[in-house]
Amino acid sequence: MVDIVEIAEKILKMVECDQADVRVMGDRSHLTRFANSQIHQNMYEENYTADVRVVLGKKIGTAKANSLDDASLRKMVDRAVKIAKLQKDRNDFVSLPGKTGKLKKPKTFVRDTASHTVVEKARAVKKIFEVAENYSPVPLAYGALSTSVQELCVANTLGVSVYGKHTGAKVGICMIADEGDEKGYGWSEMIHMDVNRIDVEAVARTAAEKAVGSLHTKKIEPGEYEVILEPLAVAELLGYLAYAGMGALAVQEMRSFLCGNLGKKIMDEKVSIWDDGNDPSGIPMPFDFEGVPRQRVDIIENGVAKGYVYDSYTAGREAKQSTGHALPPGSGAFEVGPLPLNLFMKEGTMKVEDMIANCRRGLLVTKFHYVNIIHPVKTIFTGMTRDGTFYIENGKILHPVKNLRFTQNVVEAFSAVKGLSRERKIIGGDFGVSVCPHVHLEKFHFTGVTEF
Amino acid sequence: MLNHEVEMDYALKLLERANLEYGDVRFVGRKSERITTKNGVPVISISDSIGVGIRVLVNGAWGFASTNDISKKGIKKIAELAVRTARASALTTKEKVVLSPEEPAIGRYETDVKKDPWAVSTEERVNYLIDCEKRMRVSDRIKLTMGYSEVWEENKLVGSTEGARISQRFVETGGGITAIAIESGEMQTRSYPTSFGGDYRQAGHEFFEDLKLLENAERVGKEAEQLLRAAQCPSEVTTLIISSDQMVLQVHESCGHPSELDRVFGYEASYAGTSFMTPEKLNKFRYGSDIVNIVGDATTPGGLGTFGYDDEGVKAQRFHIIKNGIIAGYLSSRETAAKLGQKSTGAMRADNYNRMPIIRMTNINLLPGTWKFEELIKDTKKGIYVETNKSWSIDDRRLNFQFGTEVGYRIENGELKEMLKNCVYTGITYEFWRSCDAICSQEYWHLWGLRNCGKGEPGQVMRVGHGTSPTRFNNVRVGVGKW
Repeated sequence: MVDIVEIAEKILKMVECDQADVRVMGDRSHLTRFANSQIHQNMYEENYTADVRVVLGKKIGTAKANSLDDASLRKMVDRAVKIAKLQKDRNDFVSLPGKTGKLKKPKTFVRDTASHTVVEKARAVKKIFEVAENYSPVPLAYGALSTSVQELCVANTLGVSVYGKHTGAKVGICMIADEGDEKGYGWSEMIHMDVNRIDVEAVARTAAEKAVGSLHTKKIEPGEYEVILEPLAVAELLGYLAYAGMGALAVQEMRSFLCGNLGKKIMDEKVSIWDDGNDPSGIPMPFDFEGVPRQRVDIIENGVAKGYVYDSYTAGREAKQSTGHALPPGSGAFEVGPLPLNLFMKEGTMKVEDMIANCRRGLLVTKFHYVNIIHPVKTIFTGMTRDGTFYIENGKILHPVKNLRFTQNVVEAFSAVKGLSRERKIIGGDFGVSVCPHVHLEKFHFTGVTEF
Repeated sequence: MLNHEVEMDYALKLLERANLEYGDVRFVGRKSERITTKNGVPVISISDSIGVGIRVLVNGAWGFASTNDISKKGIKKIAELAVRTARASALTTKEKVVLSPEEPAIGRYETDVKKDPWAVSTEERVNYLIDCEKRMRVSDRIKLTMGYSEVWEENKLVGSTEGARISQRFVETGGGITAIAIESGEMQTRSYPTSFGGDYRQAGHEFFEDLKLLENAERVGKEAEQLLRAAQCPSEVTTLIISSDQMVLQVHESCGHPSELDRVFGYEASYAGTSFMTPEKLNKFRYGSDIVNIVGDATTPGGLGTFGYDDEGVKAQRFHIIKNGIIAGYLSSRETAAKLGQKSTGAMRADNYNRMPIIRMTNINLLPGTWKFEELIKDTKKGIYVETNKSWSIDDRRLNFQFGTEVGYRIENGELKEMLKNCVYTGITYEFWRSCDAICSQEYWHLWGLRNCGKGEPGQVMRVGHGTSPTRFNNVRVGVGKW
């Protein structure tokens, strides 16, 4: 085992400059991938990386390496200093963060997850295939079961020194039922820090039911429909909204939908969205990549735009404190800025069956695929439905439909909400983890349809 | 070139003792210097990594393990883990992996570099990009300007239990510029030579110089500003002429990805999706019109998908994916090719040492046609010409697509007319390509480098190439709303 705290301290001792911070990360992960109901890829990874950011006056340089011997670390530090010397002054840079606030210590590590073996994974995956055997036609299973242990130490010359060890476990299953020329697709997934809380059989049952239920799709015309979005579909839209405009840099650069809207009602009053890296009902990450404790930040409260998240750089530009949402330094953080990685959407009061019963003419959407941003300020997004899309009429699910393409102003879509479910689900996505309910939207604009 | 022959010998000896059906070992060293400037402020990201990945086939099933610890101890640990992982995979095996036969390759490959990019000072490149930014700031409405430049090098040593031993060195350079105009809640972007960081090539600094970013900077700024006041792209079915840089995404998403044979066989069904290009369509299905010829070509000089050998040691090849409009071939691996009774087309590529090789695009090129661009416009009575990708989306069988571009121009009676903003076009892949009636000639053909192709779990980012020229399609739906 590598002692990443020791490595971080060693790097800081090598640095001679006004300020500096380091991140040392360790990752041990297993991922078992299956297709056509057999394991086809099975991977183990053990990796350590370190990066350093040095500050000379208002010049900043960074460098990254994955060899942790003394000579390699020295080389990395020297390169960061050399880069800093070449830099132009960042006049609006104030300081790296000092030690602020007390770090909360939510549970982030589960021993059973860390010690979960490849053989245990193979046995769990076998259970998924056995579940499929109970359905007719028997669907084939595709997906992945993974566990990981990640360590992160962040330290700086202003006294910040934090260490965290996180475990994660995830299963995602796509079932495909085949009946001659007809194929039915179904998806379900589960994520948790504790592998014992991952019920692979329950996830497999949901995916298989959807796959069999998705056989014999009918084509419906594109147009405006009500939608009941399952948590996975909600999380996808939320993630892109966060990327497009919930960070301070996006606001400061005037490319966010929040620009000019703080204090204004921009969504339905039933919608509240916040970020909280300490809430144990999500996947907690108590500090950011600058070592700052993550604060809860309300972004939308009862439909009103309330705020956005900061790192130390964007906070310094507004003479504020970082909210603990920094990404690792580098071109990504420079271009995108701070992001909320632990989003929550407030639950409602409804049962999903009642939401369906309350739907006059709409679609139940399991999941979106390949969402992309057409216009970030106006939150025009496009994407496809996938793996289980069903037509609802007069409160009843009538039949599966061929997948549709949406092109939609997403903030506008969330401004007319018929209901939210009282149950929420943890979803792991491209932009962190979110906790989302089912959401019933009054209007959603579908602009195309595909062949399956 | 990597100098880890001793470690390679040690790793292969361990595998030989383990009684495997097959094993390969890949040492990968990478270094990169990425410069991003924004509103006159540069950020320079320097990265250095080295590691080893071992892939083994035991009882007809795969196992893979990797580490950044390339000591004997580290190698031994992951060799054992790879075998243990493969044995676990075999617990679910219904159909054993069979590899198509391949003569073990011994070889070297190296990018042809004329001007060593590492010899060019970082400061020189930073100052150049900042000068570009200054020229893009043509008015107060240009709120954001960005410059991009990257030098990227990968050294790779691959050996297999069959006797393959390959050493390769790849050097890539490139860059781009972007201006963003913002006014009254409207935001418009213009980039050169293309969006998302620009254009990249396996080459030395000479390629960056040839991009002529500075010479184009003022025009880019002006066009971004003009877009704020440009007319909205109409919603209609019309003739569409697509620029070479936008054709990159069209080829990438609607031909490159669906021709990956692992997708065809469902290996990616749970993540990126499957493909409509199923095996019974091979040599039968009309994908496009007669003039559509698309090749997978890992031999194109300078492409980001160019190499001597893939990560299974299969020699670089050029083959037709679409021939005269008909599906003619797939990007394949030794495992997937064997399922069709074929030999691999050499498309196994891994994103660094810590990822298992999967089928990736090489250079997927639309072969040039015969038209001059000016004549193509002249020949078009009514339509729209679009340039430079802004958004992309396609369904999980690669049929229904929708792309947005930074800019468009109305075409009327053979002339380019006023500028259009928010251009979006959509279609079904084979209907769209069947409507293709003109492709510009070699004179207008350009090899583009795309650095951000995503696929696989855990995620793998691949650098691929696409050669394209402006192309015309008929009866295309453009504009799907107003915003």
